[in-house]
Amino acid sequence: MPAKKEDWLSWSAFITVGLHLLAAVVYIVYWVLNKHQPLNLKDIVVFKTDGYEFFIDFYFDKITVVYLFVGSFLTFLVTVYSRYYMHREEGYKRFFNAIMFFFVGYNIAIFAGNFETLFMGWEVLGISSFLLIAFYRNRYLPVKNAVKVFSIYRVGDVGILLAMWLSHHLWHENITFMKLNNYELVSSQLQNHTLMGVIISLLILVTAAAKSAQLPFSSWLPRAMEGPTPSSAIFYGSLSVNMGVFLLLRTFPFWEHQFSVRIIIGVLGLVTSVVATGIARVQSSVKSQIAYASIAQIGLIFIELALGLDYLALFHFAGNAFLRTYQLLVSPSVVSYMIREQFYNFVPREKTYEDTWPKRIEYSFYILCLKEFNLDSLMYRYLWNPMKQVGRKLNFINLKWTLITFIPIYLFGLACLVNDHLLTDNIKHYLPILFSFIGVVLVFKAFTERKNVKMSWLYIIMNHFWIALAISFNEHYLFDEAMLYLSGITIAGTLGYFVLRRLRKIETAIDLDQFHGHSYAHPKLAFVFLLACLGLTGFPITTAFIGEDLIFSHIHENQILLAFFVSLSFIIDGLAVIRIFARVFMGPHVKSVYEMAYRSS
Amino acid sequence: MKTQHAPFNGHEVLHNLKHFLPAQAPLKDFIHHNTLHAFQHLKFDTGIRNASEIFGYNVSLSIDEYRQLYQSKKIREDVLEKIIANKKGIAAVSDWKGRLINHQYQSPGLPRIGRLRDNWKREFQIDLDSLVHPILFRVICSYLDQGISIWNFPVLDKGFLASLRELEKGSYTSFFKTERARKLLLSGDDELENLLHILVGDETLYEQYVYDQQFAHQGWSGMVAATEEQPQTLLDHKKITLHDFIVFELLLEIDALDFSFGTIWSPLALKIKQRPSPLFGPVEDTELIEALTIWQEAFEWTYYDEVLAGIKSTHSGDGEKTKTTFQAMFCIDDRECSLRRYIEKFDNNCETFGTPGFFGVEFYYKPQGGKFYTKLCPAPVNPKYLIKETSDGGKRGKEHHMNKRSHSLFQGWLISQSLGFWSAAKLFFNIFRPTMSPATASSFKHMHKHAKLVIENEGPTHTESHLQVGFTVDEMVTRVENLLKSIGLVKDFAPVVYVIGHGSSSVNNPHYAAYDCGACSGRAGSVNSRVLCYMANHTKVRHQLELRGINIPNTTQFVGGLHDTTRDEIVFFDEATLSIANAAAHKQNESVFSNALDLNAKERSRRFMSINTHLSAQKIHEKIRTRSVSLFEPRPELNHATNTLCVVGRRALTKNLFLDRRAFMNSFDYTVDPDGKYLLNILKAAAPVCGGINLEYYFSRVDNQKLGAGSKLPHNVMGLIGVANGIDGDLRPGLPSQMIEMHDPVRLMIIVEHFPDVVLDVIKRDEATYQWFINEWVHLVAVNPESQAFFLFKDGAFTPYYPTANSIATVADLTPLLESHADNLPIYQIAS
Repeated sequence: MPAKKEDWLSWSAFITVGLHLLAAVVYIVYWVLNKHQPLNLKDIVVFKTDGYEFFIDFYFDKITVVYLFVGSFLTFLVTVYSRYYMHREEGYKRFFNAIMFFFVGYNIAIFAGNFETLFMGWEVLGISSFLLIAFYRNRYLPVKNAVKVFSIYRVGDVGILLAMWLSHHLWHENITFMKLNNYELVSSQLQNHTLMGVIISLLILVTAAAKSAQLPFSSWLPRAMEGPTPSSAIFYGSLSVNMGVFLLLRTFPFWEHQFSVRIIIGVLGLVTSVVATGIARVQSSVKSQIAYASIAQIGLIFIELALGLDYLALFHFAGNAFLRTYQLLVSPSVVSYMIREQFYNFVPREKTYEDTWPKRIEYSFYILCLKEFNLDSLMYRYLWNPMKQVGRKLNFINLKWTLITFIPIYLFGLACLVNDHLLTDNIKHYLPILFSFIGVVLVFKAFTERKNVKMSWLYIIMNHFWIALAISFNEHYLFDEAMLYLSGITIAGTLGYFVLRRLRKIETAIDLDQFHGHSYAHPKLAFVFLLACLGLTGFPITTAFIGEDLIFSHIHENQILLAFFVSLSFIIDGLAVIRIFARVFMGPHVKSVYEMAYRSS
Repeated sequence: MKTQHAPFNGHEVLHNLKHFLPAQAPLKDFIHHNTLHAFQHLKFDTGIRNASEIFGYNVSLSIDEYRQLYQSKKIREDVLEKIIANKKGIAAVSDWKGRLINHQYQSPGLPRIGRLRDNWKREFQIDLDSLVHPILFRVICSYLDQGISIWNFPVLDKGFLASLRELEKGSYTSFFKTERARKLLLSGDDELENLLHILVGDETLYEQYVYDQQFAHQGWSGMVAATEEQPQTLLDHKKITLHDFIVFELLLEIDALDFSFGTIWSPLALKIKQRPSPLFGPVEDTELIEALTIWQEAFEWTYYDEVLAGIKSTHSGDGEKTKTTFQAMFCIDDRECSLRRYIEKFDNNCETFGTPGFFGVEFYYKPQGGKFYTKLCPAPVNPKYLIKETSDGGKRGKEHHMNKRSHSLFQGWLISQSLGFWSAAKLFFNIFRPTMSPATASSFKHMHKHAKLVIENEGPTHTESHLQVGFTVDEMVTRVENLLKSIGLVKDFAPVVYVIGHGSSSVNNPHYAAYDCGACSGRAGSVNSRVLCYMANHTKVRHQLELRGINIPNTTQFVGGLHDTTRDEIVFFDEATLSIANAAAHKQNESVFSNALDLNAKERSRRFMSINTHLSAQKIHEKIRTRSVSLFEPRPELNHATNTLCVVGRRALTKNLFLDRRAFMNSFDYTVDPDGKYLLNILKAAAPVCGGINLEYYFSRVDNQKLGAGSKLPHNVMGLIGVANGIDGDLRPGLPSQMIEMHDPVRLMIIVEHFPDVVLDVIKRDEATYQWFINEWVHLVAVNPESQAFFLFKDGAFTPYYPTANSIATVADLTPLLESHADNLPIYQIAS
C-alpha cells in the first residue's frame, strides 16, 4: 500500500479515536462534577407493533464511565502504536477497519440501555473479533482459531438471546437497565417468578463466562492471540475479555438479591482463578502466560462481584486491563531482558511451592495444567463432534429429496397457517415445534455438508423460512413482521448465492472439506460474501436483525421446546455461515502452494 | 518390479535428517548462515532447484517479478542477451528472450515432501497433525523453556524421553488419551523401528515417513537438532535428542489413531494406493527452471557489471600521501560502509580500514557477577582464553512489568491494582516520548564504558574452568601482528588509531542478536576492541612487533570504541590514557565522527518511509535515536538488508565510489601479503560469514513463509528460544519479513585485489572455502593490482571479464539523490 494512503487511513483513525477520547474525558469530568446521576436516553424506536416495541436505548452511569475511559484510552494508544507498527503490512486497511469496527461495537455495548442495544454491540464485537484473529487469513492456524473463538462466542450469544426472551416474558416489555435499578420493581417481580429469575441469571452468567473466558470456555483466550500484537493486547488482553464482567456489572441489580446465583458466580470465579493460575504457571510462551494470568484475575473479579464489591471490581478491571495490555505490548522484549537477567541471576531449577507436594500429586497436576485441563478439546468432544455426527446421519438428504419432501410440507404448513382457524389447539401447539425441528435438521445438514457449498448455503436460508413459518403460528406474529425478517434473509441469501455461483464459475472446484483461501485471489468477492454472511446471521445490517428479536419475543414462555429449537438453529446457523466463509475464502490458498506458509505455522 | 532397499538404519537417517533441518540456534545466539547449507555440495542452481522440488521452497523471485525488474530496467537487455547466448548459443537468443518475457509457464507441481503422510487424511480421513502438534509443541517447549514458565518441567536431568517416562509413571494423569502408547513408553518398547512398524508397516517407507513427519514442523525439529548439536547454547542446560523427540511424536500419533479407531487399524503402507516418489530421486529440469535461472543471472550481472565498471573508473592507484591525521578500523560489516565514506569526507587525511569485528582476538568474556561465559569471536572458533571484568560500572535496571509475580493469583491481584495503573502511564510515555528502558537491548549494556578488564595473563596457573585468563605477551604479539598485516597497516601509523567494534540497540525485538556483530557470535564488539587496543598499546608487545618489522611509533596510541549501528552513536573507551597531544587530536576527531554519524543517519533514513529525509541531518539523527527505543518500531534498523558485495583490497579500490551500504569491506594490501597467507584467513572467514549472511537474506526474501519467519507482528516468544505465530504454531526460523523486504536477492560477489593465480592458489588451500566458490554460492572476481584487469572465477579457473556498463555517473553531492529515493541507487562516482 502506498505510504500516502497508509497515512490517510491511520490519520483518520487517529483523529476519530483521539476526538472520542477527548470528548469522553471532558464529559466524564463534567458528569462527575455534576451529581453523577445515571442518565437514560431512549432514542430510536426502530419497530413498533402492539405489544412489541424495539428501541435503541442508551444509558450512562459509573460502569459506563470506567469502561468508556479504559476503552477509549487504550484504543487511542493502540491506534497510535499501530500507525507505526503496521507500516507496510499487508492488510493495513483491513486492520484499521476491523479496529474501528470493534470500537464501534464496544461503544454500543457499553452505552447500551437495554438488552437489545447491548446485543447489537455484542454481535459487532463477535464479528470484529473473528476478523482480527483471522487477520493473517492465508495461514491455517489463525483461521482455525478464529472459527473456534467465534463458535464459543456464539454459545454466549444464545445465552443472552434466551435471557432476552425470558425477560420479555418476565417484564412484559423491553426492559431498560435503568429500570433494573428499581429495587422494589425487581424484587416484587422476582418474588413471583423465582425460578425464572434464576434461569435468566444463569443464562447471563453463561454468556459472561464465554465472553470473559471463564471455565469451561477459558482455552479460547490464548488462541485468540493470532493477530498483530497490538490488537491482541487491546482486545484479548483487556477490552473484549472484560465484556463478560461488564454484562455482570450491568445486570448486577437483577441478580443481586438471588443468593444462589451469587454463590454460583463466586464459585465459578474461584474455580476458574485456581485452574487458570495453575495453567498460567506452566506456560512456556509469553502470550499464553499473560492470557491465563488475566483469566485468573477476571475470575477474582467475578468473586468480587459475587461479594457485591462492584466498585472494587471496576477498579480491578481497569488495573488488570492496563497491566495486561502493557505486558502484551512489551512481550517481544522478554527475550533480551530475561536472558540478561538470567545471565546474572541464574539459579538452576528454581524450587517452586509445587515441589513440596507429594510427587504423584505434583506430576499429575503438572500434566493436567500442561494439557490445559483438556479444555480445548472439551467443546469439540462434547458439543461440536456430536453435532457433526448427527449431521452425518443426515447424509441421505440431497437436493432431490429436499425438493420432493420439504417443499410440499412447507406448502402444507403455509396452507395450515392461512386456515389456522380450522386447526385444533393441540395441533397448533405441535406444528411450530415440528416446523422448527425441520429447520434444525436443515441447518445441521448445512453445518455438516462437506461437498456442495451452494447446497449448504441454501439449507441455511431454508432454515430461516422454516423458523419463520413455525413462529407464525403464534397469534401475534403478523405477516409484515415475517416479511421484515425474511426480506433481510432473502437479500443476504441471494447476494451470497450469486457470489458463490460467480466463484464457482471462475474456480470450478470448491467444496467444504478444506480451506481454499480464495480471498487471496478474489478479495472483493470475499468482502461481498462477508456482507452476505453477516446479513444471514442476523447481524444488524439488515432487517433480519430485528426479525430475530421479534421471533424470540413471540415464543411463549411455555414453549420451551420451540425456544430450544430456535436457539439451537440460531447457534448452528451462525457457525455454518462462518464455516462456509472460512472454508471458501480463508486459509492457505489452494492454488498457490509455494507462496503459502506451512500449515503448522 | 521389486527394488532392493537397504534395511532402515535409524541412526543414519536421523544423522542425514539433521543436516536438512533448519540449523538456527536459540534466539540469543542467532547467527546468519546459508539456509540451504545441506545443498551446498551441489552447484547453486542445481542445489536450490533440488531443494525446491523436494521441500517445496521458493528459491527465486517469481517470473513476474523478474519481468517487472526487466520493465523497470533493473535487468539490462544486453546482459540478458549475453547470458542467453552463453547458455543457449547465440542463435537461440531472440527465441529465448521472447519466451522469457512473454511465455505463460505452468506453475510447478506439488513438492515431494509430505506426500506419504498425506495418506492419513486421504485414506483414513484423520487430520493427524492437528491432533498431535499442539501437545507435542507444548511439551517440547516446556521442556526446553529457558525461563518463561514459573513452574518448570518437574523432571529434567534424565533426558527427554526418560523424563517423560518418569512423569508418566508417577502420575494419575497422562500425556496420552489411550493405553497402548502409554504402555509403549513405560515399558521402553519404544524403539523407532517398533513404532514405525506399527504406524507405517513397510520398512522401505520408514525414512520417507520420518522426513514427512519432521518437515511438517521443521521449526521445532530444527531447534531440537540444533540444541542437540550444541547443548551449551542453552544457559539452562537441557538434555535433548532428535531421536527422543521423534519417538514421542510417533507415540502421540499412535495415541491419536487409537483414540479415533480403537487399537485395530492397518498401518499406513497397507492402505496407500500409489507409492509416492522417493524424496531424493533425481530432479528433472523444466523450462521454467531454466528461465528462472537465466533471469536470476541477468538480474545479478546487471548489478555486478555496474559495480565492476565503477571500480574500473575509480581506480587510480595511491594518491598523494600527506600526513595522516588518524586511522580507524571498523568491522567488515556492510553497515560501516557509508560511515567510513563520511568520515573520510570530513577529514581528507584520515584512513579507514575494515576487518572482521572481533579484531583477531578470540576469547570468552565474563562480566562481573555474570554466571556464564560469552563467546566473543566467530561461532566456529573455540577459544582457549577468558577475559574477565573486575568492576561493574553500572547497575542493571529492572523492568517490573516483566516480573513473573504478576502472573500469580494473589500477588497478581495486588499488582494489577497498583502497578497496573502505572503501566497505563508508562504506555502513554512509551508511545509519545520513547526513552531507553531496562527492556531495551542496547549494545552499550554489553560492557560498561568504565569497566575494568583483566587482559594480561599472570602465569600458567592463572586459569578458570580450563580457560586461560588473559593473553600472554607472545600471544598478544601474534594477534596484533596478524591483524595489522592482514589489513595492510604496517607503516605510517597515525598518532591515534581507532579500533571500533559495533553493536545495535532495539526494543521489542526477539531477533536482537542478529543485529549485533556476527564476528562476535551475535554480540557487540566493545570488549574485543578494548582488548586489541590494550595489546597494541602494550610496550612489550610493541617491542616485539618491531622485531617483526612493524614499527609503531611511541606517540601512536590505539583507542577502542563501539559504534551503535541503530542509533549511530560511538562510544570511546579509555580516553583518559591518551597523551595530551593525542587527547587534543582526539577531541578534533570526535567532531569528525559526530558529523559523519549525523550524515550516516540521514543516509539511512531514506529507507525508512516514516522519516522526512529533507530534514537536517541532526534532526533526522534524533529521530533515528528515538526509533531505536520505540516499542512500536519493528524496523529499528535494516541490518544487512541489500548486501551484495564483499571487497577485499585496499581502500583506493573503492574510495570515491558510492556503493549504497551494500558492501562488506575487508582491507587488504597485496604488497604486504604476496603469497596470500593472510588472504587465506580473510577468505576463510569472508566466504562463510558474508556468504552466510547474504544467503540467509536471499532465501528469507524469496520464500519468507517457509525459509523466513514471516511477519514479526504476530510473533509470540516461545521458551526464550524461538518465535512462533500464536500459541500453537511451529517455531519460525529465518528472518522476519521486516528485515528482508528491502533486500534484492542477489548472491554475494567477493572482489579480491590480488593476482588471479595467487587467488586461485589461495582458495584451493582450504576445501570448505573452495566449495563456496566452485559451486557458485558466492561469486569471486580477482582484480589484478597492476593492470587493474578483472578476472571472473568460473568452473575452476579465472577468465578475463570486461565490464560493459556505460560510464558511471559522477555526482558532487549525494544529498538530493538520498533525499528523493528510497530504493537501491546505482553506483556513482563521488567527485572529490
